[in-house]
Amino acid sequence: MFLPDDWFNFLKQIMATENSLQSYELMLILTPVLSDEEYKNTQKKYVDMVKENGGTIVHQDAWGLRSMAYPIAKKTTGLYYVVEFKAPTETIAKVEIQLNRDEAIMRHMVTRLDKYAEAYNLRKRNKTATVENAS
Amino acid sequence: MAKQNEIKFLTSQRVEKRQKKYCRFKKMGIRYIDYKDGEFLKKFLNEQGKMLPRRITGNSLKYQRKVSQAIKKARQMALLPYVTDLLK
Repeated sequence: MFLPDDWFNFLKQIMATENSLQSYELMLILTPVLSDEEYKNTQKKYVDMVKENGGTIVHQDAWGLRSMAYPIAKKTTGLYYVVEFKAPTETIAKVEIQLNRDEAIMRHMVTRLDKYAEAYNLRKRNKTATVENAS
Repeated sequence: MAKQNEIKFLTSQRVEKRQKKYCRFKKMGIRYIDYKDGEFLKKFLNEQGKMLPRRITGNSLKYQRKVSQAIKKARQMALLPYVTDLLK
């Protein structure tokens, strides 16, 4: 009664505007054999890919070399990389295909962030920033 | 007469009352549990790297579920082990 005649398209439009950008967090474990340059290039490659698909980067965090809790692909250390971004939902599938193809990536994980997660990440970032400024 | 009605215990009764368990997330107002923070998640694991039950941690069901999801993600990304000895 209250909905317009093309109610289906109408709802689709509403949902599209609401869900057009979703927050995600991507975590990568890269092989430790990479050089610094390759490590940076790989980071840039995926950041660019997200941007090309209509996403925006919120924060990047390169953890660098870290020992892992158990060996993956017979390696006990890995290069960690975390990036938080906002992107349309279709982006993830496209990026994941590339992630699976890439030999340098041992493991990846995409996490969908809710509003509490975003707030948590923001607060954590600000906290570390103030600590760095103070020291 | 009064003395006959009194109940006599062979061993002394335990008077001290155990503190009631509570959900730390509800109490502290934490709404999101980060899977990247391995040290924090270790509080909810035993020495073998198994998850502690709600019975022991006192978490509410909602937050126990979130903790379990976070731990499982951390395990996938090799931040926490699946099995070990002497984690702590």
